[in-house]
Amino acid sequence: MGTDRIKNNRRKFFKTSAALIGGTIAYSLIKPLEVISQVEDKPKTTDNKELPLWGMAVDIESCVGCGKCAEACKIENNVPEEPFYFRTWVEQYTVKNDGEVKIESPNGGIGGLKQSVPDEDIFKSFMVPKLCNHCSEAPCVQACPVGATYISPDGVVLVDDSYCIGCSYCINACPYGARFMNPITEVADKCTFCYHRISEGLVPACVEVCPTDARIFGNLRDKKSDLVKFLQKNPTQVLKPHLNTHSRVFYNGLSSEVR
Amino acid sequence: MQDQYQHLYQALSQVEGYIYPNDIDLHWGLMIVLYPYITGLVAGAFILASLERVFDVKVLKPTYGLALLTALAFLLVATLPLVSHLEHPFRSYEIFMTPNPTSAMAIFGFIYLWYLMAVLLLEIWFDYRRDFVIWSKTSTGFKKLFYKVITLGINDTDEKSAKLDNKLGYFITVLGIPSAFLLHGYVGFIFGSIKANPWWSTVLMPVIFLFSAMVSGIALVMVIYMVVCWVRKVRIDMPALDTIAKYLFYILIIDFTLESLDQFHRIYEAEESFDIIKVLVSGKLNITLLLMQVMLGTVIPLFVIGLFQIYKPAEKIRKTAYFIVGIFVLIGIFFMRWNVVIGGQLFSKSLSGFTSFKAVYYGMEGYLMAALWLILPLGILAFLLWLMPPWKKLSYHD
Repeated sequence: MGTDRIKNNRRKFFKTSAALIGGTIAYSLIKPLEVISQVEDKPKTTDNKELPLWGMAVDIESCVGCGKCAEACKIENNVPEEPFYFRTWVEQYTVKNDGEVKIESPNGGIGGLKQSVPDEDIFKSFMVPKLCNHCSEAPCVQACPVGATYISPDGVVLVDDSYCIGCSYCINACPYGARFMNPITEVADKCTFCYHRISEGLVPACVEVCPTDARIFGNLRDKKSDLVKFLQKNPTQVLKPHLNTHSRVFYNGLSSEVR
Repeated sequence: MQDQYQHLYQALSQVEGYIYPNDIDLHWGLMIVLYPYITGLVAGAFILASLERVFDVKVLKPTYGLALLTALAFLLVATLPLVSHLEHPFRSYEIFMTPNPTSAMAIFGFIYLWYLMAVLLLEIWFDYRRDFVIWSKTSTGFKKLFYKVITLGINDTDEKSAKLDNKLGYFITVLGIPSAFLLHGYVGFIFGSIKANPWWSTVLMPVIFLFSAMVSGIALVMVIYMVVCWVRKVRIDMPALDTIAKYLFYILIIDFTLESLDQFHRIYEAEESFDIIKVLVSGKLNITLLLMQVMLGTVIPLFVIGLFQIYKPAEKIRKTAYFIVGIFVLIGIFFMRWNVVIGGQLFSKSLSGFTSFKAVYYGMEGYLMAALWLILPLGILAFLLWLMPPWKKLSYHD
């Protein structure tokens, strides 16, 4: 009698615990898979040939380091004024005669970059505008734990402000230093190619204000676009190619000192 | 408003070389140092308990229950520093609701839950179930209520049921070893998988994290065991303590070898990032890495315990030495986490310059908060030891 009771008790316990544990495990396993299946149900966003695929070329030889792009970006996108938050900035490289490389970007270049090395010591000097590279294999998108950062169907890396938990993993995962934690919205912030403007047929603010056309924005799928023509004519390079991020910002005249 | 940016302006004035303008602020501070530290203590303590149960190191019997409860106390707190560091902590549940399958951080949440619910709680439950039934009959008040509820209505106390508990508990411990490896190896992967950061991005990172976790967990249980014995005014079981120290010694050797291999590899390959990392190690991290982690946390403990393997001084000297060595190891591993997390953010991804880090006392990322997250698990452990003292157990697994 006692043994039977134990057996029944045991059986009941096993059933309940197996159901509980099994349920928990199954839920944990199925839940992430559900996301995968949802992703795969949709057509591959960047393969949608009807949509534009946005990109940018930067012509280093044309950039004069006026910093108007960085300034326009801050105004257009409500980026905090403090010199710790930039969606785009301009770096000034100076290679000295002794081989030393000096890099500067005071306040991201806003207000114009001025040469601090005496002329006679300079071997060469050039400006490099920087921004989010809108990688098609973006490390930030891979790292975001909740999927708050994503690649839009037209190839722009964006952040969902209402979803970002503010863990900063994406900021640490970005090899280009293109992201920051916005102190006002308290979510990760970055260049959107001025998504609100390009959706309306305008160009990004930085492109709009550039006096020397050092930034060429356009649709990589449109063979007649200025961007594609520029890429056809000029040998371009991406930043940190060894990281294999498939960047969509291309640099013409990129020197080996640039990182 | 200006106050909010004061520390950043200060950091800006101390920048060395060129850093990307967004790299001035360290996005991961003290809380993210604590997160792998606490998780590591859990994994290490659990592995020590498994040594006794699965690998049959019977001499460690006095520390088995203590190690399990230590693991539980710290595991309950493990995610709190992580959550308190978030800019939007109330959105943290989204990690479980809509996890990004390619994110190392998202998958950690599931590994954590698996480890807590399916491994640690179940193992402790099977180990204590029979005692809960017996204790529920002899105690009163809150304790009685707790014991009654926690038995989940399984009130058998005969030999057969004890055998079954034992069998299932053993099975879960066996399952728990790879789970503990996974738990902490995975924390290493969160850093090791960041290709943007050459200081983190090494395939050895998960293995290094795992062995340093074992080192810290074993040291923690060793120290806690001694403290508990002093508080209870009972004799410390010297064979058990000597054995724990012996395992600490072996695993510390493996840990040190792996970390040295990592550094040696960097020096020999001298890749693009080597110039900046050289300055990081020899300059920025010289106190926390060379002095605290290597000297205090590794070389001195290795020397002392190593010496005891050849020459055994009197018990009293050994006890004192073990206690000090345990504390040294715990400090050393804390700084190991510090060097990974903080060190990895001190240099800019421009690989051309450094920012600086100054921890604060107050606020969510401050020292006081950090102290809370380290003291809280000790409080939980004290409560658990009061509620379910391993030394009062009537039954013990084979």
